[in-house]
Amino acid sequence: MSTAAQVHEQDHEHHHKETFVTKYIFSQDHKMISKQYLITGLFMGIIGIAMSLLFRLQLAWPEQPFGIFEVLLGKWAPDGVMDPNVYLALVTIHGTIMVFFVLTAGLSGTFSNLLIPLQIGARDMASGLLNMISFWLFFLSSVIMIFSLFVEAGPAAAGWTVYPPLSALPQAQPGSGTGMTLWLVSMAIFVASSLLGSLNYIVTVINLRTKGMSMTRLPLTIWAFFVTAIIGVVSFPVLLSAALLLIMDRSFGTSFFLSDIFIQGEVLHYQGGSPVLYEHLFWFLGHPEVYIVLLPALGITSEIIATNARKPIFGYRAMVASILAIAFLSTIVWGHHMFISGMNPFLGSVFTFTTLLIAIPSAVKAFNYITTLWKGNLQLNPAMLFSIGLVSTFITGGLTGIILGDSTLDINVHDTYFVVAHFHLVMGISALYGLFAGVYHWFPKMFGRMMNKNLGYFHFWVTAVCAYGVFFPMHFIGMAGLPRRYYTNTAFPYFDDLADINVLITVFALVAGAAQLVFLYNFISSMFYGKEAEQNPWKSNTLEWTAPVEHMHGNWPGEIPHVHRWAYDYSKPGADDDFIPQHIPLKQGEEELQH
Amino acid sequence: MNVILIFSVLVLIAIALWQITKIFELSQEKKVNTQVATDKDNDWNGKLMFAFLIFIYALTLYSFWAYGDVLLPEAASEHGGDYDQLMWISFALIFFVQTVTQALLYYFSYKYRGEKGKKALFYADNDKLEMLWTIIPVITLAGLILYGLYTWTDIMTVEENDEALVVELYAQQFNWKARYAGEDGVLGDANVRFLQDFDGKNLVGIDATDPNGFDDVVVQELHLPVGREVIFKMRSQDVLHSAFMPHFRAQMNCVPGMITEFAYTPKTTTEAMRQNPEMVAKVKKINKIRVEKSKDLVASGDTALDPYEFDYLLLCNKVCGASHYNMQMKIIVESQKEYNQWMEQQQTFAEFIQ
Repeated sequence: MSTAAQVHEQDHEHHHKETFVTKYIFSQDHKMISKQYLITGLFMGIIGIAMSLLFRLQLAWPEQPFGIFEVLLGKWAPDGVMDPNVYLALVTIHGTIMVFFVLTAGLSGTFSNLLIPLQIGARDMASGLLNMISFWLFFLSSVIMIFSLFVEAGPAAAGWTVYPPLSALPQAQPGSGTGMTLWLVSMAIFVASSLLGSLNYIVTVINLRTKGMSMTRLPLTIWAFFVTAIIGVVSFPVLLSAALLLIMDRSFGTSFFLSDIFIQGEVLHYQGGSPVLYEHLFWFLGHPEVYIVLLPALGITSEIIATNARKPIFGYRAMVASILAIAFLSTIVWGHHMFISGMNPFLGSVFTFTTLLIAIPSAVKAFNYITTLWKGNLQLNPAMLFSIGLVSTFITGGLTGIILGDSTLDINVHDTYFVVAHFHLVMGISALYGLFAGVYHWFPKMFGRMMNKNLGYFHFWVTAVCAYGVFFPMHFIGMAGLPRRYYTNTAFPYFDDLADINVLITVFALVAGAAQLVFLYNFISSMFYGKEAEQNPWKSNTLEWTAPVEHMHGNWPGEIPHVHRWAYDYSKPGADDDFIPQHIPLKQGEEELQH
Repeated sequence: MNVILIFSVLVLIAIALWQITKIFELSQEKKVNTQVATDKDNDWNGKLMFAFLIFIYALTLYSFWAYGDVLLPEAASEHGGDYDQLMWISFALIFFVQTVTQALLYYFSYKYRGEKGKKALFYADNDKLEMLWTIIPVITLAGLILYGLYTWTDIMTVEENDEALVVELYAQQFNWKARYAGEDGVLGDANVRFLQDFDGKNLVGIDATDPNGFDDVVVQELHLPVGREVIFKMRSQDVLHSAFMPHFRAQMNCVPGMITEFAYTPKTTTEAMRQNPEMVAKVKKINKIRVEKSKDLVASGDTALDPYEFDYLLLCNKVCGASHYNMQMKIIVESQKEYNQWMEQQQTFAEFIQ
């Protein structure tokens, strides 16, 4: 061991004396921060999913009284009947929480933090302090978002996209008062948190890889987290600017997004602004955000499918290339959310072109996953089931993107339930499956214990059936022309024949919601009473499984392992085992695959 | 309805009980259980993978059988046919890809379920194969993109002409108004600043200094002559709205501070659409549902629902506040003669503010 390394080691010994506060609360250790992200994310997830069940009840049995509404919504559900403003608030906060707090912070925050240092062979993130600040800003923004649920007039209710003028004018709806201000403040802090996290991930991946870990030997998880962080750094600041300009319009009388408005018997002073500008700014983040949510899930899936199929991931180079292609394209397609916003139709043509191009790298990924399964020796652990499920929903949801990305076809399905079905399958369910897969797979790494597999199987199969049960029929009511964000469909007798489908969807949603309780039970009980984990339970190649089960500051006692091969030498001919971890040197005469 | 709710709650309780007993059972076991999938786990989960494939196919077929009749109502505008054709081509393509890829995914998951001692095939790359499934999507999508763009340009190119009828759609929380240009065929200038003129009788803010505005006609029900191009000019006075007319395959946002456009030619009158066999079946089905619902309502002392008769719809499709779900306007497509008769009965702006 070199002297520098020895000094480094002593340094780590020195750090070992930790108080409760520095170890569990203001921790700078990436493994602890990852757990903090996961637990905060899961807590937000419970709230987000519970909200969706509440408004699903209203959609299936419109304007019926429910005891649960009275208990949870209080004065906003007089006699147990949900108020229309509350319906919109629930839809809005469900979207915001699920997209940002669960699937961005909860998914990427958890696994980027856990896996980047462990899989590239680093002692910790480049900056532990920034990492800690990033988590606590996220925590603060979560607290503010939750707090906004309790203000007098209710939380933000303009849809998760909060288009002005609806979101800008307190006269337009009750939710556009204090609730909206808190929403914007919470999101501004969230963006700051996300930027600090992303910068840290990028710097760590570029600078702190262990000896031998060239970029072409990186596991696909790290590629996905790395590229996700880059998309985040490129696009999140634009959301921040949109939020700040909206705050200016709301509170300081500027006219960035507002013009010629008459509301509540009054002509307002705003002149010259345009809501379309806000839409551009919002979707400049909003669309890449889809991939910020999805790419980490795809990275996790790549790793889990290869490990459990006991086969190398098929087409490693193509997988990396498609991640890069998706990332690049994702920043130039935002206009497909705005085909009928009133922007020049020619722009619509351009965005149709770029949007449909994304189908190409996506198709490559899907086919490569399927080929990875071919002639494998599939170990159907719960993590593997969720990964296969992800590929399935990614395909089903992705294909309808061909319809929505086509400006012509978008005319009649825009903002209908067809869109809701599409994005829930392709990013909501897929990313959620990625989150579950990651938790089942890396639980032993995070908590040193195993999760119960039978409960995991139950969780997967019920969720899988219900996910299709909820979202497949939803395409039909969308194609029938039913708009989203309607409190009830009873105002249109024309839609009366869709009522049964709505009941079916809600029943599936309720069962799916109940199945998540099984997961929670499994998660919490395994944390304390789970079977103690072996060092490498899934017989995986990546470096995190060479670190001791017991967490330690600096990850490895002694020297960091060096890397001699890519992460996917599974079932390599000539080897004794069906896996060869990355730190094992090549045997005499063994050929390394050129990537 | 409550029956279904109670039933679902019972199912959930049953599942919960079953799980609790299972948890208990598992916690009793003292055998070595590493919580890693065994051959037995691989076997039954692999078989379930195959069952799940069948489930997806069955759900697809069932959905089409049970709900196929609600998909895309018959198009009532001239470009609607082109739209529908593109839609069905895209759909056919999607279904083909969906059927094949899901089959491969789940069949492989079943076929190659793990077994001790079996060895997976080391198969890391095949450039030809990867090239193949890059090129095929490229060609298919190139076709779809070109076809789509051609149709899009066709639909979205709005050219002012003497033949066309110009109608302004005016949105506000939570209703629609329509303004016709009157005899001069020109819509008068308008702005929300004028809304309070004439004691609030200036419903859409017509500028009284513009002589073109006085013969304009403002109405709450949209009448369109069949077979004549209609150019819509959309405005909103408060927040974003979206004018969605699903039967005409038409939608455009209404944006405060700007005028947006959409044009189409209605090709089927309301009366003819009511006679359409598909529509007759749909209305019959809806009325059956309404009769059933009315029984419950009458039993609980409410009034029964009116029987439903088909009309074209204009819906708001951009969330705009509490009553967004009920922001609608009736559209009536009729012969030019009926349209003229109706128009004669309407008051012009000049008459209205008298």
